[in-house]
Amino acid sequence: MADVVVEHGRVARTASARKRTGLHNALKRKSTVAFFLTLPLILLIALFVLYPALFSIHLATLNKSMQKFVGFGNFTFLFKRETFWMVVKQSCIFAVTAVFFKALIGFIVAHFVHNIPAKGQRKWRGMLLVPWVIPPAMSTLAWLWLFDPSYSAFNYTLSFFGIGPINWLGDAAWARFSVILVNVWYGAPFFLIMYLAALKSVPDQLYEAAAIDGANWWQKIWFITLPMMRNIIAITTLFSLIVTFANFDIVRILTSGGPLDQTQIFATYAFRVGIESNDIPLGASVSLFMVPILAVAAIFILRDVNKRGNES
Amino acid sequence: MSTIAIDKAGPTRKLGSMSRDRTWALRWSYFFLVLFAIFFLTPPLYMVITSLKSSAEISAATNPWWVFHPTLANYVELLTSSQFLRFFWNSTIVSLVVVLVTMLISIPAAFALARMKFWGSTTLATGVFLTYLVPDSLLFIPLFKMLALVQDITGITLLNRWYVLLFVYPTLTVPFCTWIMIGYFASIPKELDEAAIIDGASWLQTLLRIFIPVALPGLIAATIFAFTVSWAQFLYPLVFTTSIDQLVLPVGITTTLIKGDVFNWGQIMTGALLGAAPPLIIYAFLMDYYIAGLTAGATKG
Amino acid sequence: MADVALRKVVKRYDDVEAVRGIDLDIADHEFIVLVGPSGCGKSTTLRMIAGLEDISDGDIMIGGDVVNDVPPKDRDIAMVFQNYALYPHMTVAENMSFGLRLKHYPKAEIKARVTEAARLLDITDLIDRKPKQLSGGQRQRVAMGRAIVRNPKVFLFDEPLSNLDAKLRVQMRIEIKKVHQKVRTTTVYVTHDQVEAMTLADRVVVMNKGRIEQIGTPNELYHKPATRFVAGFIGSPAMNFIPCRLEDSGGKLNIRLTDRISFPLPPARAGRYNALPRTDKLLLGVRPEHLTESNAHLEPGVETFDTVLDVTEPMGMETLVYFGLDGTPVCGRVNPNAGAKDGAPMRLAMDLNNMHLLNEETGVVL
Repeated sequence: MADVVVEHGRVARTASARKRTGLHNALKRKSTVAFFLTLPLILLIALFVLYPALFSIHLATLNKSMQKFVGFGNFTFLFKRETFWMVVKQSCIFAVTAVFFKALIGFIVAHFVHNIPAKGQRKWRGMLLVPWVIPPAMSTLAWLWLFDPSYSAFNYTLSFFGIGPINWLGDAAWARFSVILVNVWYGAPFFLIMYLAALKSVPDQLYEAAAIDGANWWQKIWFITLPMMRNIIAITTLFSLIVTFANFDIVRILTSGGPLDQTQIFATYAFRVGIESNDIPLGASVSLFMVPILAVAAIFILRDVNKRGNES
Repeated sequence: MSTIAIDKAGPTRKLGSMSRDRTWALRWSYFFLVLFAIFFLTPPLYMVITSLKSSAEISAATNPWWVFHPTLANYVELLTSSQFLRFFWNSTIVSLVVVLVTMLISIPAAFALARMKFWGSTTLATGVFLTYLVPDSLLFIPLFKMLALVQDITGITLLNRWYVLLFVYPTLTVPFCTWIMIGYFASIPKELDEAAIIDGASWLQTLLRIFIPVALPGLIAATIFAFTVSWAQFLYPLVFTTSIDQLVLPVGITTTLIKGDVFNWGQIMTGALLGAAPPLIIYAFLMDYYIAGLTAGATKG
Repeated sequence: MADVALRKVVKRYDDVEAVRGIDLDIADHEFIVLVGPSGCGKSTTLRMIAGLEDISDGDIMIGGDVVNDVPPKDRDIAMVFQNYALYPHMTVAENMSFGLRLKHYPKAEIKARVTEAARLLDITDLIDRKPKQLSGGQRQRVAMGRAIVRNPKVFLFDEPLSNLDAKLRVQMRIEIKKVHQKVRTTTVYVTHDQVEAMTLADRVVVMNKGRIEQIGTPNELYHKPATRFVAGFIGSPAMNFIPCRLEDSGGKLNIRLTDRISFPLPPARAGRYNALPRTDKLLLGVRPEHLTESNAHLEPGVETFDTVLDVTEPMGMETLVYFGLDGTPVCGRVNPNAGAKDGAPMRLAMDLNNMHLLNEETGVVL
């Protein structure tokens, strides 16, 4: 409502001597209308995002029964737990590795799709985006079955090459690999689509000019494609970093954090501690540890998105 | 190489060598695309294969990539199971209501943010974008506790009821939908609403009769997004609902079909496939809108 | 139909004054063109008349009523935009009738008005098409049709032809003039193109930096510009401005352009300029068409001089010649058969009967 006051002041100053009731009302109407149009949005964000976020800070300072204020007690408790540091390490490895391979595969496949005749591109793009469309909880079940200890279809195939059987989800190293693999499988199509859109926005004349200047395909990618796509690559990567870092579904269904918490990441660990072990304050504390990393990524995204907006 | 060709036989040969290079590049592209397509499509195809097998065939450990005795028994069993249909119904009603609520909140807000410059409008738009970056795994614990408190204070049962999801899902759908609708609305030329104003349209008429029809592709993209997100959401229903008759599909399938260690994989895969079907069908028919919405999220609104 | 009046209208954006106090009376049925370079405030003025911008100060009257606080829809105006602003999801007929439908006019009357307007603009065949299926010129017609069906008091045009190619622009210019002759609605038309302004307007308003430089009929502006800005803006190629000073020589008033070139002023002009201080820094304004090749038979007041041409531009029906006078570039228009060649000497004639004398500092035409 403050805007109404501001508008009043300005109008009153510029037209001191004359009556401007009509315009007054018009301005008042406009910002009142705007206020009511955005009110549900504001309420939703305030009640179901902002309030829980602050509430979570409050929760993190209570003891397990939520009767007593313990200050940083939960945090100091976590710092002493080896499992917690494993979670931190695993979350970072998980997010960085998965995002790197998603970005790489997305980039490569986007080029292949871009290379083929335009009329076939739609079909391929449609096929390659399927992993992103299936709800991850559903597709991860398929992976779980593919990784099954006794009936793994992968092990069946590999046995013909004399490899295996691999204990996909039981062995810590393989379990980490599997979790990352499924995440890459699920997320790479998103990169593919974003890169394909960016590739299409690079004007053909630039490549033609580069070809006349004697650039080979590698130089074209390095000097034209990458610089032109830099912004979209940054946004997509940062965005994926947030989503991957906070991922829950894949790890939960595939390993539930096992074996021995060796694939546990922030979201699954918070679920294990907060919901399954019923220690809500400790679970809230675990979740809160995601905030700094998410915030940094979010700030960079916002900067890049604004830059992108200003360019176009 | 091409220069030699020119020396020998003039421009026609040069064209030939260029197109030969291109043909090879094309062949390699197709080769790798097939490879990646196999990687991307193996799990869904394996779902289909397994769903057509009987438990006997699965436990017989024959070639897992082939169906020797295809049967629709799994589908029949699930589609006649009142429990599975209940999951499906819960998912459907939750997703549809959430889509409706999302649109009712997002469209007016996006219209105001895109067209009416008011005090705090840029801050609010940025806030919407930031909210869109807040993941579900950050808020499920405080939301759980918060809903428990509300339940205690008001006496209204919220936890372990499917309708509680109607309150929390919009936190995931509204910010993104608002954000891309701001983008679509902002791309409508200013003159169009000025023309409407001069034609005598009110704000509401401008929104309903000009903006919504013109930004229909964006609206469809946002609707698809809201639906897919609601349909696929796993963490919130896992935390907020436990009774079997209150579960939505993803949670229902993962918690009830996986019974202890006796995995009934034929049914699990069938369930997963049926659970993936609605988004896949929508995607098959409205792929271009789906992709437009996906790429629009990274642009400034 | 109605007259429009602007009284000391001001538009401020924060600290910037886009329009600095405009007074303008537009008579009923009149076709007024606001012309000026971009940023001169012409579009802002039009949008204030439309009600799309609030006015910071002053009054706007339509049909005698002050409409400062009246919302656009109640001002009974219609506007045609530069990019047409057709509703892309509506057919031509729906586009044209949108305003009437919002006001709940009877269906039969809407149909009658749309049919009539479509006939007038020759778009009857296009009535069921969407804007996407129309060419630029057709869209422009529909935009005008949308204005006509409303039968408003005032038509407002905001650079309506800028998005069309040159040929179509000429055609649509004539079309707009024809429509105005038929419907006779008071029209305010904004453009940056002086040719459009001259050809369409009953009266032209030349604006610069938020102020009105001059209001007048096209002929008045061309032959009697009030300021250096108007003199330079109207006419193509633009008027030449040559630094000069006045000299008394043997009881006659002379005008000296360079050390070499000095002309006696024709008696009528000499009388007008005699009172000016001889020390003033002055500019001689002379249009290219008054700088022609010299011929044997010279009118009184036409003086000749010799120069060396820099560049010539054959245009077909005439040849433009460019040369320098003490470093000031000057353009003249000669007969294509006069033998003008790049770098060649030439004798030119200046018609001082059509000269203008300007104060260099104030820019006022004396």
